[in-house]
This record gives sequence, C-alpha cells and structure tokens, in this order.
Amino acid sequence: MRHRRRPLNLVLGGALVGLVVAAALLSFVWLPHDPQRMDFAAQLAGPSATHWFGTDHFGRDLFSRVLIGARSTLLVGAIAVGIALSLGTLLGAVAGWVGGWADEVVMRLIDVLYAFPAILMALLLAAVFQPGTVTAMVAIGLATVPLFARLMRASVVALRDRDYVEAGRALGAHDARLLSVHVLPGAASPLVVQASLSLAVAVLAEAALSFLGLGTPPDVPSWGNMLREAQGFMMLSPWAALAPGLAIVVTVLGWSLLGDGLRDALDPTTRR
Amino acid sequence: MTRFLARRVLTTLVSLVLASVVVFGAVLAVPGDPAAVILGMNAAPEALAAVREQLGLDVPAPQRYLRWLGGVLRGDLGESIQYQRPVARLIGDRLGVSLPLTLAAALLATLVAVPVGIATALKRGTVWDPLLVLASQVGAAIPSFWLGLLLILVFAVGLGWLPSGGFPGWDVSVGRSLRALVLPVLALGLGQAAVMTRMTRAAMLDVLSQDFVRTARAKGLARRAVVGKHALRNALVTLVTVLGLTLVNVFVGAIVVEQVFSLPGIGRLALTAIGNRDYPLVQGVVLLYASAIVLMSFLVDLSYGWLDPRIRYA
Repeated sequence: MRHRRRPLNLVLGGALVGLVVAAALLSFVWLPHDPQRMDFAAQLAGPSATHWFGTDHFGRDLFSRVLIGARSTLLVGAIAVGIALSLGTLLGAVAGWVGGWADEVVMRLIDVLYAFPAILMALLLAAVFQPGTVTAMVAIGLATVPLFARLMRASVVALRDRDYVEAGRALGAHDARLLSVHVLPGAASPLVVQASLSLAVAVLAEAALSFLGLGTPPDVPSWGNMLREAQGFMMLSPWAALAPGLAIVVTVLGWSLLGDGLRDALDPTTRR
Repeated sequence: MTRFLARRVLTTLVSLVLASVVVFGAVLAVPGDPAAVILGMNAAPEALAAVREQLGLDVPAPQRYLRWLGGVLRGDLGESIQYQRPVARLIGDRLGVSLPLTLAAALLATLVAVPVGIATALKRGTVWDPLLVLASQVGAAIPSFWLGLLLILVFAVGLGWLPSGGFPGWDVSVGRSLRALVLPVLALGLGQAAVMTRMTRAAMLDVLSQDFVRTARAKGLARRAVVGKHALRNALVTLVTVLGLTLVNVFVGAIVVEQVFSLPGIGRLALTAIGNRDYPLVQGVVLLYASAIVLMSFLVDLSYGWLDPRIRYA
C-alpha cells in the first residue's frame, strides 16, 4: 500500500496565502510608517532598522507600502475571480443543463471571451471608460469566465443523467432545485480548485495592469504601481524594485500551490 | 475530416465576427460624445465635426459597423486620430519589433520547456522531481515585467553588457537591434518556459500512465523506444495545445514587456492610443490581437485532426 503523502502543496500554499492575507489585515491596524509620508532626507535608502525594506524615490517607507499594497492585490483578485466564478458557473450550468441551441450560443460566447485575455480586455475597457481598479477587476473577471464555464458545463453534462438526479426529477423537483441541490455540490471541488489557480493568474494580471497604468490608480500603493515607479530609479537603488516583485511572487506562488494542493486533496485520481 | 473541418471553419468565422462586434460595439459604449471625449471640453465646433465625420458618427451604428467591417476585410482599419495615418500602416511598422520578440520568446520557451518537461516526467519519483517541479512553479509565479526589471538590473545596470531598453531599428543597425531584443526575449520567454514545463510534464505523465505504454514496456521494448516511439507521439496532441497557449500568452505578454524595455511595438502603440483616446487605433490593435488568438486556436484544432485520426474521423 502506498503511503499517503503529506499535502505539502496545501500546507505551503496555505501558509503563503495566509501570510499575504495577514499582511493586508495588519495594514488596517498597524503600519510602521505612514505609507504616503515623504522623507526627502531618506530617499532611495537600502534596508535599515527604521526602514526594513528601504525607501522609494520620495523617501516613503517600502515595507509599509508593500503591506498596504496587499489590500488592493487581494481585493482586485477576489472580486475578479468572484465575477468569473458566478458568471462562468451560471453560463456553464445553462449550457450543460439545457443543451442544444443554448449550449451552442453559450459556447460561442465563451469562444469570443477566450479571444480577449485580461490585458486585451483591459485595453479595450480602459479606452472606453477610464483605466482604474473597477476596469481591471471587470477585465480580469470577464477574461476568466471561460475557464469556469467550461468546467461547470463538463460537470453538469457528466452529472445530469445520474440516477440520483433522475430520482429527484421523478419526485417533481424543479430544474433550479436539481441544479443547486443535486448537481452543484458534485461540481464544487473542481470549481474551488480553479478559483485558487485563477487567483494566482488574477494577481499577476492586476500587477501587470497597474504596472501599465491600467489598474490601481497611481496615488494608491499597489505592487504593480510601485514597480512602475521604481523602474525610473533602478540605476540609483534596486531596493524599490525588489520588495514589491517578491511580494507578487509570494502571493502568486501561494495561490497556485494552494490550488494544486486542493486538487490533490479533493481528487485522489490526480495525486501523483 | 470534411465535416470536422467545415464545422471548425464555421465556428471560427462566427468567433471572428463576434469579436469584431465586441471591438466595434465597445466604442458605442463611450459615455457622451466620443469626439468631445477625444478633443476635450473646449474644442472648436469645426474640429468636433471633423472628428465625428472621421469616426463616422453621422451614420447609424449598424451601417457604420458594416462599413467598418468592409474596410477591415480589405485591410483598411481606419485612420488614427493622433497620428493622422492609416491604422494598418502604423501596426505594420511596429510588427517589425513585436513579431520577432513574440516568436523568439515562444521558441525559447519551447526549447527550454519541452526537454525539461519530458525529463521531469521521466524522472518522476527521483530526488530531482520535486525540485524541478518547485522550480517551475516558482518560475511561473514570477511576472515577466519584474523578471525584465531584474534582468535590466543585472545585465544592463550591473554588468553593462546589454542595453536597458529602446530599439534602434532594423534599418539603422541589425546587430544593435538584435542586442536590444535579447533581454526582452529572455524576460518573456523564460517565464513562459516555466508555465509550459508544467503543462508538458503533465501531458507526458498522462501518456506514460496509459495501458499501451505498459504493454510496450511489458513486451520488453527498450526505454528509448517506449518513450520516443509510443509515449512522445501520443503526447504530441497535448503538446500542440500547450504550444498554442504559449503563443497566445507570449503574444499578449509582449504588451507588458514592450513597456518595460521601451520597445516601439504594437502593445506600446495601443497604450499611447488609450492615453490619447485614439479609438480607431485601439480598435485596430485589439481586433488584430483577438483575431490572431481565434486563428491560433483554429490552427491548433486543425493540427489535432492531422495528428490524431480518431478526432478526424469521429
């Protein structure tokens, strides 16, 4: 008999995500310095006892800014994935349950969404409306819809003719009840895994959009914004370009390890 | 095969038309008068009228869409408001930077990821496996633009070997232009290589666990023959999907990397167009990207039919 491996992915991913969430929560109650306070006597300083991660070109404390930056990263990621999860699940359920023309229409819609990855969607939305946090959330969310829709559709198609669903139908249950009580629980675990993996991609996309000036507004500290500002001063000091980048890597790695770990834990067939 | 092909051609055409509706329809959603948004509140009435005419705002939207689509099919994407030049020509000029960047990055990712992905799948269960898996996971978590900044820090600022950004132009100096693309290609390609390695490994593991591989092993075939002749050939279908995904990722990722290295590519063109509310230019660039993605997915599906007869005859 094979030993059950310790879910290292799950533990490590959970720890990294926990660290980032803790940083975001901590920033509400405690920050070592005011993240917006400029100190022209300490511009572009390296790490020290007063400024743990150093300072940026305005002398602002990088550690405080990295902590507070966790907020916008998590917020944009969570809302974007929330949009994708709700819209994708709904579309996938309709396509899989109704089938026929509804399936065809939804799948064509999904194909079109697939042609607009987050950055492309954000370019279009930013041109039409204003670049900003909401635009970024909607762009990342819409671009992620196809993943959830396809997953949900596949689960519904696989489950809809099962005996227990048939039994529910024979007892006179409505479609909505059959879907929510009998089908959705069976489809939940792949959706949870996908949500965690999508959060990793959403964090990367949010950072890229902020870096391009299409995401979080420049006056709000976010990791992408910090990297964009740091680029102009790399010749003088590398510190401002290091801390926010590492924060992104830790967060993305956390969500993707957590997703892998959840998949291993929830679906024994993928355990390798 | 004909039915398979006909259906794929049809769905691809539908996707292309729908994508064009999205791109065209987006500008209809601009709040207020697009001409006033472009020129500002204090623009002269004559100037506003000129921009409205250029955007075709004097014609009803469905008619405008058909006119625009007709132009697109002839290669006419309209005229840029900011540059006062045809959008197609502006894009064409910048393809000379974006295309080599994208293709070289995809090639680099493939050359790294396919051998490493296959090797890690074959080394499963050894001490190297978890290390290589973790390395690819960390690599996939590094944003290409941050990797770009790190490469600039080391190779441009620190060692002074390569330029930190800018592009002299192929007609000015081929050598210097190639040098200007080295760091951007590394930034874009290495991150993708990590993502692609994971997918290649998964594809290979999937094939290696199938019955026909066990049969081939059981009948005493050499490991080389099992992997090279049986497993690899069957993993090809998935690898083609992986390659298609990589091309799309690299193509879109180039938008960010061009910004890091100040490369005058299509992505940067779109970013300046957004700042200037140059709608025809934004529409042209976004339509180009979306169409390319639709066509790439079509080609991937076609290659399935070619590589796997079961799909062709199903």
